[in-house]
Formats: sequence, C-alpha cells, structure tokens
Amino acid sequence: MQDFEPKIVAFVCNWCTYAGADLTGTSRTKYAANVKIIRFPCTGRIDFMILMKAFENGADGIIVSGCHPNDCHYSTGNFHARRRWIVFRNLMNFTGIDTERILFSWVSAAEGFKWADVVNNTVAKIREMGPYENYNKIAVSTLLKEEVSNHE
Amino acid sequence: MNELINKVTKLLNDKTIDAFIGYGQGSTDRVRAIFARTVEQASKLIYTPACTFNLSGYLLKHEVKHLGKLGILANVAALRSIMQLASEFQIKDGEVYILFVNDDASLTEFSDFQSIEAFLEKANIDITPDEKARIEKIEAMSVSERWEFWNKEFEKCIKCYACRAACPMCYCHRCTTDVNQPQWIPVASHERGNLDYHLMRAMHLAGRCINCGECANACPMDIPLNLLTYQLIDPIKTGFGATAGMKADAVYALSTFKPDDKENFII
Ligand code: SF4
Ligand code: SF4
Repeated sequence: MQDFEPKIVAFVCNWCTYAGADLTGTSRTKYAANVKIIRFPCTGRIDFMILMKAFENGADGIIVSGCHPNDCHYSTGNFHARRRWIVFRNLMNFTGIDTERILFSWVSAAEGFKWADVVNNTVAKIREMGPYENYNKIAVSTLLKEEVSNHE
Repeated sequence: MNELINKVTKLLNDKTIDAFIGYGQGSTDRVRAIFARTVEQASKLIYTPACTFNLSGYLLKHEVKHLGKLGILANVAALRSIMQLASEFQIKDGEVYILFVNDDASLTEFSDFQSIEAFLEKANIDITPDEKARIEKIEAMSVSERWEFWNKEFEKCIKCYACRAACPMCYCHRCTTDVNQPQWIPVASHERGNLDYHLMRAMHLAGRCINCGECANACPMDIPLNLLTYQLIDPIKTGFGATAGMKADAVYALSTFKPDDKENFII
C-alpha cells in the first residue's frame, strides 16, 4: 500500500473555508495536494447526496467545511447543515458507511493554518486507513469496467 | 361491522362526504382498501383483525382526491400520518372526515386536529419490540458487517418503488428518484443505484416517518427498509426534541435548528 495516494474531496463554503484555503495559499503554507476543493455558496447547500456521489466516484475520504456557528454569511445555513449532518452521520453509521472517512470542520477565512492542518491530518489518516474498498467495489468506475468486460 | 356501515351510509346520504376510504374484502383472503362512493359500496366495508394497514397514503393520491370530500377509517398510524401531513400543509383541519374504531368496536369521530393531538398523546406510538430488537442487532455489528448486511438486503431491491407508493409521506409530484437531469439515482438495480435510492429515501423521510411499516409491508423482496428510518427516530427525538406526526403545527426537525444543537464530531 506504499504507493497509495488517497483521493480526498473537500466541499467547502465560499465565504469562510474557501477564503481560508485561499489564505493558506497566499501565506505560502504547503499542504497535501490530494485534496480537490469544490466551492459551494454555503454549507447549507452541501446536500448529503453530493457526499454520496463523491464516494461512489472513487473518493477515499471527504472533508466538509464551512463557517463557524454564528458566522454564516446567510446567518443560519451552517446551523441547518449541522442538523442534517447529525442525522446523516447516524444513517451512514447504521448502513455501514465509514463515518471516519468524512471529516466535518469549521474553518474561518482567517484560519489558513487550520485548513492546512485539517487537510494534512485527513490525508494522513486516510492514507493509514487505505483505499475505501467497500465503496470502491460499487463505484462508478468499477461498474463501468464490469459493463465493458461484459460486452466484450 | 354494522355501526361503521350505517355511519358511512348516513355520511354519504347527507352529503357530508363524497367518498369513504375503508377496508374491504380482497380476492383470496386478503384485505384491501375500498373507496365507497355509493351506499351499495359502503355495505361492503369490513373491519376485521386483518385490517391493520395505514390507509392515509391514499388521501393525497390524485385519483382519490378528485372524488370530492373524503372520509377515512384511521388507525393510530393513519392519525399520525394525518398530523404529519397537516404539519407539512398537505391537509387542512376539517378537510377530511376521520373515523376511528376503538378497542370495544365503538366508533370515535375526530372533528378537529386538536382532538387527534390529545388522543395521540396517550396512544402507543412506539416501534414494536421485535423491530427494536432488529435495530439493536444491526447496531451491535461492526461497521463492515453492517455494510455487508445492508448490501445483501439492498442487492435484492428491484426498484419497483412500491415502498414509495405505500408511504403516506412520499407524496412529491416529482421524486428525486425520477429526476434525470442530473440522474441522481441510477435507474438500474445495481448495488450503487440501490444504495443511493435507499439512502435518499431514508434521508428524505428522516424525522417525518411515523413508523407505520407500510414501506416494508409493500416490499416484494422483504427488505426491512423501515428500520432505516426507525433507527433515526431516537436521535431526532433526543437531539432535537421532535417526534413526527404528533402535532398539526409542528415544525419539521430538519428545516429548523437551535444555535446550541449538540454534536461531537465537528472539529
Ligand atoms: S417510511 Fe415506511 S414506516 Fe415510515 S411513514 Fe413511510 S411507509 Fe410508514
Ligand atoms: S418495495 Fe422493495 S424492491 Fe421495491 S423499490 Fe422498495 S425496497 Fe426495492
């Protein structure tokens, strides 16, 4: 598993974490390049189906991050999101989806260093856990390959 | 059940209602829903120990709605469905004529939502001990055992959507399942599509499910999919103080929040 490079997708809000990640860059802080950042208007927009889609397209880990409570640009988006995460985490856990592979965090626009830590720690953790085999087995790419070989 | 037939006959005759949703004899020894619009049809109403399923799912169906003013024979699950639908602005107070059969076979007539709420406060709304035991058994498994367990169950799913059709809370005119731009839920019944469907169904019913069990009853493949939403009842109750289908003016737990909602996983 030495050459395993975790694929991490980060879903972040425009106003805090994305700006925070920008700050990480402008402060010339280096962090693991395994993460693909996808910007959303607000954590309230990060639907559970989007997380589902990340796993089934081959992500080994997911980061979801937005403004700290009381800092939401739209006042309450992150509060709503928090409730849904609580419920979705319960459901994931019950259906056997590994909740250790999704990290939820609050990273503000001033916390460039925290962002670097969040990414680095997540990458290190997922690297240790290895590829998300359970989900990879049913991932799009696997099924597509199967389909192709069935036709051959 | 003459009292029921007499009552419905009277309601139809004096035009209080145009149609009554109740139980009737199906082919073989099964019980089915009947929609009595005439006195003759009302005479076919029955009420036996087999008449347990939740009829409220019909209330919002287009074909039933257009029959006019509806009456319904409700059990506890149906009363809760009606409360939940009311809280989602799908049924107005007084819009549906509601009859309930008591243990001693007498009829109770619920004239308004308030009386239903008062009744439900004392009713037994818990999931059955058997369902509880099944949930606990799954919870005791390791993460990958749970994954295996559900994958085996979902593998059987043929995507007939009978569970969706049977659920009183699945009334959206355009379900996410049917959306194809983008195609959120793959049409094919492969593991990925089935998992997507079941996660979506459970999330969209989280905190709205009134544990009637109709989804699992309807499933031709015997998938215990009701456990997915049952398992979420407790965390939503303890975490947010909300129970579905108890109050007509309740606010849906997942469309509101408290600034001090507790969690232990966000860093
Ligand atoms: S999800 Fe199943 S148990 Fe819950 S309300 Fe719908 S049909 Fe009833
Ligand atoms: S009723 Fe059963 S087989 Fe049909 S879609 Fe629902 S879970 Fe799948």
